[in-house]
Amino acid sequence: MLQTLGLLLGCQLLGEITVRGFGLAIPGPVLGLSLLVLMLGVIPTLADRLRPTTTVILANLSFLFVPAGVGVIGNFEVLSEDGITLLAILTISTVLSMLAAVGTFIGVRHATERWAS
Amino acid sequence: MTDVATLWSYLATTPLIWLTTTILAYLVADGMARHLGNPPWANPVLVSVLLIAPVLWLTRTTYATYFEGAQFIHFLLGPATVALALPLWDHRDTIRTSVAPIALALLAGSIVAAGSAILLARAFGLPMEVLLSLAPKSTTAPVALGISEAIGGIPALTAVLVILTGIIGAVTVTPLMNVLRITDWRARGFAVGVAAHGIGTARAFQVNPVAGAYAGIAMALNALLTSLIVPLLVRWLV
Repeated sequence: MLQTLGLLLGCQLLGEITVRGFGLAIPGPVLGLSLLVLMLGVIPTLADRLRPTTTVILANLSFLFVPAGVGVIGNFEVLSEDGITLLAILTISTVLSMLAAVGTFIGVRHATERWAS
Repeated sequence: MTDVATLWSYLATTPLIWLTTTILAYLVADGMARHLGNPPWANPVLVSVLLIAPVLWLTRTTYATYFEGAQFIHFLLGPATVALALPLWDHRDTIRTSVAPIALALLAGSIVAAGSAILLARAFGLPMEVLLSLAPKSTTAPVALGISEAIGGIPALTAVLVILTGIIGAVTVTPLMNVLRITDWRARGFAVGVAAHGIGTARAFQVNPVAGAYAGIAMALNALLTSLIVPLLVRWLV
């Protein structure tokens, strides 16, 4: 568990250093993710050693968002008088975005499968 | 014996009490969700927040004080994001065969997420700085805050809108996909990852491991794409 945590934090740290050093517009952890995928490509046996701890972390991913979620209640006044409008916009826009993504994914998948066969 | 007020003034200054409260609230919320078979409306993030908020209100605790304890949990979002590398690696073979659907669904989902938010904000006549704060709402919080600041939005407002988007996506994805009779877990997961970042990804992992892996890919790729697309869409649509 400690080895896995050390590796995850190490990848994040390298990601943060690179992002800040080069002034990149991506978050350090996302670069750290890419770095870990590259490492898995070089050392495939690493996957089984990481699996127990990462499975626990990802199974409880929702837990990690609770402090930020409480922050929404703490800062609710920033929504001011536009609160209801903003909630409506967020709901419509999120549903439209999921429809666009799922429709494109399935459409392109069918098209490429037909083309391949 | 120490009286309650002295005890409270001691507890209120340590991170222990709010760290414990957050874990307990989540255990209750997650236990309830599991017991009910993880229905979309019993979202563990949402339920935990609804359990903690009245406690903070009753004890007159500010968010800053709460966060002194809760920051230890919040901090783990970084290594958890890195941990998404493993499901991505595990599904590398199916990912390799779906590069085209992934790339185009990412583009469509990302453009519609920001574009529809901008157009709706204009249609409702919202102030410009609110519109600009809304545009990057579907990407992960650190990226969204950076974009919001760069284009002239209000980062504090963006932070709230990003979390709300995540919860809305996590609650609506299952009924939406069921109504559309979409059974492809890759497509379902990818859609919620593009539209509702990490909170959507957490929901996907709750439902299906393949959906979780694809949601993670979508979230990571959208973190890259949104910072390119939002400034362009703002220029064209505003």
